[in-house]
Amino acid sequence: MHNTLLNLYAEHEADLARESGDAVASKRRTAIDRFEALGFPTKKWESWKYTSLKSTLATEYTTVPPFASASQHALEFKDLESYFLDELDAYRVVFVNGVYSSWLSSTTHQGLDVCTLGSSWRKSPDWLAENFAALDELDEPLVLLNRALAREGALVHVPKNTAADKPIQIFYFTTADEPLFSQVRNIVVVESGARVEIIERHQALNGKAHWTNAVTEIRVAPNAHLRYTKLQNDVSTATLTDATFVHQAADSTAVVNTFSCGGKLTRNDLRFHLAGSNAEAHLHGLTLIHGDEHVDHRTYVDHAVPHCTSHEVYKGVYDGRSHGVFNGQIMVRPQAQKTLAYQQNDNLLLNDRAQIDTKPQLEIFADDVKCSHGCTVGQLDADALFYLRARGIPETEARALLMLAFANDALAQVELPALERKLHALIHKKLRVSVS
Amino acid sequence: MLSIQNLQAGLADGTSILKGINLEVKPGEVHAIMGPNGSGKSTLSSVVAGREEYEVTGGDVLLDGESLLDCSPEERAHKGIFLSFQYPVEIPGVSVSNFIKTALNSHRAARGEGPLEAALLLKKMREKLELLEMDKSFLSRSLNEGFSGGEKKRNEIFQMAMLEPRLAILDETDSGLDIDALRIVAQGVNALKSPTNAVVVITHYQRLLEYIVPDFVHVLLHGKIVKSGTKDLALELEERGYDWIKKENAGK
Ligand SMILES: Nc1ncnc2c1ncn2[C@@H]1O[C@H](COP(=O)(O)OP(=O)(O)O)[C@@H](O)[C@H]1O
Ligand SMILES: [Mg+2]
Repeated sequence: MHNTLLNLYAEHEADLARESGDAVASKRRTAIDRFEALGFPTKKWESWKYTSLKSTLATEYTTVPPFASASQHALEFKDLESYFLDELDAYRVVFVNGVYSSWLSSTTHQGLDVCTLGSSWRKSPDWLAENFAALDELDEPLVLLNRALAREGALVHVPKNTAADKPIQIFYFTTADEPLFSQVRNIVVVESGARVEIIERHQALNGKAHWTNAVTEIRVAPNAHLRYTKLQNDVSTATLTDATFVHQAADSTAVVNTFSCGGKLTRNDLRFHLAGSNAEAHLHGLTLIHGDEHVDHRTYVDHAVPHCTSHEVYKGVYDGRSHGVFNGQIMVRPQAQKTLAYQQNDNLLLNDRAQIDTKPQLEIFADDVKCSHGCTVGQLDADALFYLRARGIPETEARALLMLAFANDALAQVELPALERKLHALIHKKLRVSVS
Repeated sequence: MLSIQNLQAGLADGTSILKGINLEVKPGEVHAIMGPNGSGKSTLSSVVAGREEYEVTGGDVLLDGESLLDCSPEERAHKGIFLSFQYPVEIPGVSVSNFIKTALNSHRAARGEGPLEAALLLKKMREKLELLEMDKSFLSRSLNEGFSGGEKKRNEIFQMAMLEPRLAILDETDSGLDIDALRIVAQGVNALKSPTNAVVVITHYQRLLEYIVPDFVHVLLHGKIVKSGTKDLALELEERGYDWIKKENAGK
């Protein structure tokens, strides 16, 4: 696999360089060299201690070449409708097997740009050169691999003082007959005083062991507002490795909601860099998994300047033999006085085969700060369960009600009614509760 | 209606708590159970309501002649048993109205009826809130979360009023209530009373029994009913405490 990817890069290096220009080409070169040196992560690495890529790497993949063209499988709108948020008027950027589908998309260049990286290398090479691989500071093989090879994905640019008139949905569908390994990258820039809401989803439409390796770079300028929701509910054969980088300037607000409800293996690296004072970051996560599913959340919030706030709440409900990992790192640098940082990770294990490894990691180098963190791992509260049952609520329903109540906090930062309804329905389904 | 026969129960580790309880409750009656702390009053009510944590090691609990011991807590609730908890549980994220709606509709489903129409449900909730002099805002609050002691107890009686049980067991519903709240709670209980229903009131104080007048008073001591009488027994206990009863039973 490692060699295949190195060869793939070598084969396309010249074309990639021609397309993206010297500056990006040299970033790609450095990245692939580093990837070559590092190899894929193993469980011996501290950052991959609880998550093994072994079985994912054992699969034979077709790797999507950077310049792949549209597949033969024409998807119909109606095939996908259930994934779109019906009744939500939104821009849509849709990719099928890593290739942009203009037919399924609804983009714009009016007032704001909602389009693709693929089409922008030609149209706005300077802008892209400036924003591609500008924030993805992680020295991790998968991020490096993506930096070397990715040239397609969604591009969102909201100009100064503009509130996007509609939310934006980004979809990656996979339909390939053979397991597919794709590299995709989203770039989001919210200029000062601007505002936008984005929903991202990766979805395989068959039971093949597809693997998507995604990177998202988000720059939130002064006084800008971003709300980004990741809806991860893939088939139980699919792997998603995702790294998202958020850079916040002064007085900005950024919310990232991550709903991880399915997939064989999901790894989310979510990294916030609070670089301007009064920036406010919200990281909300909900994991609802069962069977052999595995979800690993690794978050990092860097308080680099004074007077910033971060609020992080991750919840998880684990059934079957599922395995959750939460590693929440908060860095408060010496100059970051008056930092407010809150982190909470609560987990319910529904049986004794399910497993959670949770590790808060606070590194605080400033003295005038308010930081708190906590984590809990438990079963459903027996007293609460008896209380509900003694009122006549059947056991399964009582359990579901308690789980719903537990999961509820994770919806605190979801504001679009259509999205909230969708998530409610999803949570009900995952917890096997009939929607009332 | 309720017949408790030589009931023995305890913890899973073998500790025995109830050591042969006998109690007959007929429709229309009000029974009071009094007794010092730790005598087994809450255990008795939990066992009747079906808490699985306790193991029944002997005897039986019958409702209308049928044993309840193999019934789940929810089945017992559907048969008309209601327990007002001594310590109502806080459940963040579940609103009072959602809870009561789910409970009420579970009862209806058990009777083969569909869910109660939203408007009728709301009307009923309003009526009962009024009876208990509670504010509408109660309905949207998280169940018992941040409730004062008095609010929790009123909320229990509100649920009872909504579910209209045949047999209500009130476990120290009066403790923590001021005199006004006590009067209101009693009003709620008395409104439920009918020739076909019955109430078992567990209390430390004679106070509540001035409002909910018992037909029988029982004293529970060390897991046994050691004395039964009329409401005069409650007055006597108020005056003399439990020591004389303990002494009376010391030899046995
Ligand atoms: N779940 C339990 N675990 C341990 N001990 C218990 C439990 N339930 C009851 N007990 C014990 O049984 C005895 C009776 O308790 P309880 O029924 O609560 O008494 P009362 O309600 O009369 O004050 C006490 O000694 C109490 O500590
Ligand atoms: Mg008690």
